[in-house]
Amino acid sequence: MTHSRTLFVAACFGLLALFPMVAGNYGIDFVTKIMVYAIFALSLELLVGATGLVCFGQAAFFGIGAYATVLLSPQSDAPSIAWLLPACVVAAAAYALVVGSLSLRTKGVYFIMVTLAFAQMAYYVVHDTPLGGGTDGIYLMMKPVLGTALDLDKAGALYGFTLACLLLVFGGLAVLNRSRFGRALAGIRVNEQRMRATGFSTYPYKLAAFTISGGIAGLAGFLFAVKDGFVNPEMMSWHLSGAVLIMIILGGIGHLRGALIGAFAFALLQELFKSEAIFGTFAKHWHLGLGLAIIASVVFLPDGLVGLPGQIKARLMGGKNRGVTE
Amino acid sequence: MDLATFLIQCLNALQYGLLLFLVASGLTLIFGIMGVINLAHGSFYMMGAYMAYALAPIVASTFGGGFFATLLVGVVLAVILGYVLEWAFFSFLYTREHLQQVLMTYGLILVFEELRSLLVGDDVHGVEVPAFLAGTLPLGEMMTYPVYRLFISGVCVALALGMYVVFTRTRLGMMIRAGSANREMVQSLGVDIKFLYRVVFAAGMAIAVLAGMVAAPVSSVYPGMGDTVLIICFVVVVIGGIGSIRGALLAALLIGVVDTFGKVLLPQAAGVLVYVMMALILLWKPDGLFKAA
Repeated sequence: MTHSRTLFVAACFGLLALFPMVAGNYGIDFVTKIMVYAIFALSLELLVGATGLVCFGQAAFFGIGAYATVLLSPQSDAPSIAWLLPACVVAAAAYALVVGSLSLRTKGVYFIMVTLAFAQMAYYVVHDTPLGGGTDGIYLMMKPVLGTALDLDKAGALYGFTLACLLLVFGGLAVLNRSRFGRALAGIRVNEQRMRATGFSTYPYKLAAFTISGGIAGLAGFLFAVKDGFVNPEMMSWHLSGAVLIMIILGGIGHLRGALIGAFAFALLQELFKSEAIFGTFAKHWHLGLGLAIIASVVFLPDGLVGLPGQIKARLMGGKNRGVTE
Repeated sequence: MDLATFLIQCLNALQYGLLLFLVASGLTLIFGIMGVINLAHGSFYMMGAYMAYALAPIVASTFGGGFFATLLVGVVLAVILGYVLEWAFFSFLYTREHLQQVLMTYGLILVFEELRSLLVGDDVHGVEVPAFLAGTLPLGEMMTYPVYRLFISGVCVALALGMYVVFTRTRLGMMIRAGSANREMVQSLGVDIKFLYRVVFAAGMAIAVLAGMVAAPVSSVYPGMGDTVLIICFVVVVIGGIGSIRGALLAALLIGVVDTFGKVLLPQAAGVLVYVMMALILLWKPDGLFKAA
């Protein structure tokens, strides 16, 4: 089983690497966007899936990464990725450290709401003050470069760079989950009381996970700002925090590939129901189709899309286990 | 700020707070008793506002009209709809993970918003204040205060008292309180928990719809109005303590005051004040002001 999973993930990355050879400009831009969302979703998966902390303010870290990209860039010449990217990640991680250190005092739904509160504070700072251009947002004048080797102004280069980041984040989190640190996070998710009883001080572990997660979200924000060349307060709105949570639930909580699958499924479903070629004039009511698809996924996929193969297998085997997944 | 302005702002804060309480009380009940994080609760408020707009002409032509007849029809529809919704979309979800319910209610938001767009359209509408409540009261020498806003506060207070009586004096209220304290125990004592859930859900929805209908003339009716209300109501619910009606009332009034006076005194920071307050309160009391029994 582990083998087939590794194969599946490898196949996904292989397809993503080959995709630019067959795709046009629109396709490349679209898949770049999905990969950015996938990185963003992975950052949340580390909290929700690995640690059991449901954060409803993830967009704040995403937005801070994006705003830092624009605000730190010089007006007249192209910034270097070498310092801009780390700076954005650190900015997002720093805010996550502050938010985490305070909000981890609360639990469950209260934690959800405190993280929302801190995200809303960040949202209103960029929304109501001249710092980030207010509701209009601000433009990124020059796209970052890395010497002469890499110019993120080119769609192909950005695609490759985003794919590399996605691979790095995915691989990094896979290693992290298998490390002692990752095991401790899993222990906290399953039973925090028992972890404490066995002598783990759980707070630093949770705070570290929260900070790393914020940094990864900041990376996604950086990529998004570079892709669009534009940031606005909507990037910090709770709608985005909600959407990314929906992605990982749709994909299947507790699996890294669930975040990947969820980001793709969510974006593709949106694109499908928005398509005028299929739905004609009804396409402007695409929310209806997306909503019904999400409801159907709750009814038929109790473990998210990740659980689908197991469900099919159980169905084919018949017998008592019908419809029940492991 | 002179005395009359201060008084008007106090009344506004009270009215806003009480309205929030109405919407949030349904949310905290569904949350506390059924354990469902119902993101679609804001949509119920939106439905109510649109009902006030769309039902009024229909009610006028069939029953001869009347503001209260429209309210009654809306509430009856909401109870029926709530009962059916619980049966169709929630009854099989209780044994699943909470996040599955979040996903479900998120899907419902999208569906409700789009159905609203198909049925009524995307325009902003005003709803007329009924003639017999359209007057204003003089306040001081220069100021007046609309009677309808006082009427909203009155409705909210009446409903709050009604809920208080139901909760503390009736058998149903006893079962609901017990259900929010210990679900399994109530079930093993022979209470039909499925029926109880359905009643709570329908009642919660009806209260939200009623709040939307009553608020429509002052807030006007626009797409996405449910979203804003939803988030603020979650703030109310957690500040008050999940499942606590008393806490929701106090939290809603607190938010009414902070938001209203924030807009007057510190307009540039008004949006953030409520969230700063929530963060401070939860850092001070991590389980909200009143933890339910």
